[in-house]
Amino acid sequence: MPIRTVMKANEAAAWAAKLAKPKVIAAFPITPSTLVPEKISEFVANGELDAEFIKVESEHSAISALVGAAAAGVRTFTATASQGLALMHEVLFIAAGMRLPIVMAIGNRSLSAPINIWNDWQDSISQRDTGWMQFYAENNQEALDLILLAYKVAEDERVLLPAMVGFDAFILTHTVEPVEIPDQEVVDEFLGEYEPKHAYVDPHRPITQGTLAFPAHYMETRYLVWEAMERAKKVIDEAFAEFEKKFGRKYQKIEEYKTEDADIIFVTMGSLAGTLKEWVDKKREEGYKVGAAKMTVYRPFPVEEIRELAKKTKVLAFIEKNISMGLYGAVFTDASAALINESEKPILLDFIAGLGGRDVTFDQLDEALSIAKKALEEGKVEKPISWIGLRKELL
Amino acid sequence: MAESPFKVDIERAQKELTEKMTPGAIVYLPGSSVINKTGSWRVFRPEFNKDKCVRCFLCYIYCPEPAIYLDEEGYPVFDYDYCKGCGICANECPTNAIEMVREVK
Ligand code: SF4
Ligand code: SF4
Repeated sequence: MPIRTVMKANEAAAWAAKLAKPKVIAAFPITPSTLVPEKISEFVANGELDAEFIKVESEHSAISALVGAAAAGVRTFTATASQGLALMHEVLFIAAGMRLPIVMAIGNRSLSAPINIWNDWQDSISQRDTGWMQFYAENNQEALDLILLAYKVAEDERVLLPAMVGFDAFILTHTVEPVEIPDQEVVDEFLGEYEPKHAYVDPHRPITQGTLAFPAHYMETRYLVWEAMERAKKVIDEAFAEFEKKFGRKYQKIEEYKTEDADIIFVTMGSLAGTLKEWVDKKREEGYKVGAAKMTVYRPFPVEEIRELAKKTKVLAFIEKNISMGLYGAVFTDASAALINESEKPILLDFIAGLGGRDVTFDQLDEALSIAKKALEEGKVEKPISWIGLRKELL
Repeated sequence: MAESPFKVDIERAQKELTEKMTPGAIVYLPGSSVINKTGSWRVFRPEFNKDKCVRCFLCYIYCPEPAIYLDEEGYPVFDYDYCKGCGICANECPTNAIEMVREVK
């Protein structure tokens, strides 16, 4: 019987790791994800998890140790956030290029300067081009489930790419919620043992990994990573379907909420989706035809699903906790690219909100709605990007 | 003598050795000097003058590759498949019996 209990997302992530039975965990404590390795080290110390726990002196070392372990052919896990993830940056490319299915939990946190430990997605969004798959959890249950799903997809022979699962700093990492811990046997059935087909150590089959590639070969290796990411789209759908059958919880790349007949659909990721759905309920009562959509998968980008969503509405508005300096938010830019060749597309708007842990309130969402309504009525957009909830008196 | 536990399964490895790119750009049969000749990047090659040689073996000892072996009479023989042209042998030779000559095709 699955156990229903209450826990923080950090604990849920540690439980997911325990259930997946990684052989090597390497981690450096960083706010707000510190509790993840703490909890795992407890599991290891108590003999509940048979794994090598490597205490490293930095995140660069943590991910490097995992690259070594995964290249030797075992399942691996780590957790990090913010500057820690940024410190891993160069090795993230290596993990993806070597096609190592490492899974990592991210307590999504802002980046310095100024130093800020609270939530936004700038850390993981900044890693979007590394070749790592990216999943975003709305609540603590999703943090647990998506880590199991990340292993399933990452280790699939058609994919073989690392994956990160993000959950919002403090909003989820440190907040207690009901979480169902699935049965070990069912997880074992779902994931199985990791049996590496390409990267493993065997003295009878010596191989070189992470080698030098001259111009004659490098481009092909990059193409193969890109192609694996394309293939991952289908594998993710399959994994979601199997997960639903085994665990009874349904996941979709883009989950829609009251989008039928909506004139304006707001799209977001992570915990903000919960706020958004509640706000949509309220607006519906007030007679506004608004809907919400939550992106669970950000890389590979759900191009098809965005196109389907765009067909349903007159305004597609993104609310995102990140900004690509010099342009718009990354999610908006990616979605715009997905729609570029569509003959009919809705008005596209981008809202930057909640950076550095600022609460995204109903008032702010109302502010976004009034901008979206104006664009809808006038049928044109002056400026696709707006920062909402800014304290203009400070500027 | 017992067989080494690290004996490479050449047949299996060769089956996996392919012209195609592997996931993660893995290279099978790495470091096998039987397959990978390392003398191809040489710019200068050592040329040997038997008349000057006193068979002191110094070149043989110093060659880092080792690309020098000794013939039956004790004279050095250079293996150009593996000599990388570093010139250490020529530098060490006490009688200047080895001269580094630019490789020309
Ligand atoms: S040039 Fe260098 S590698 Fe070649 S034989 Fe002399 S010492 Fe050895
Ligand atoms: S170092 Fe010079 S003299 Fe000595 S064996 Fe080599 S070539 Fe001959």
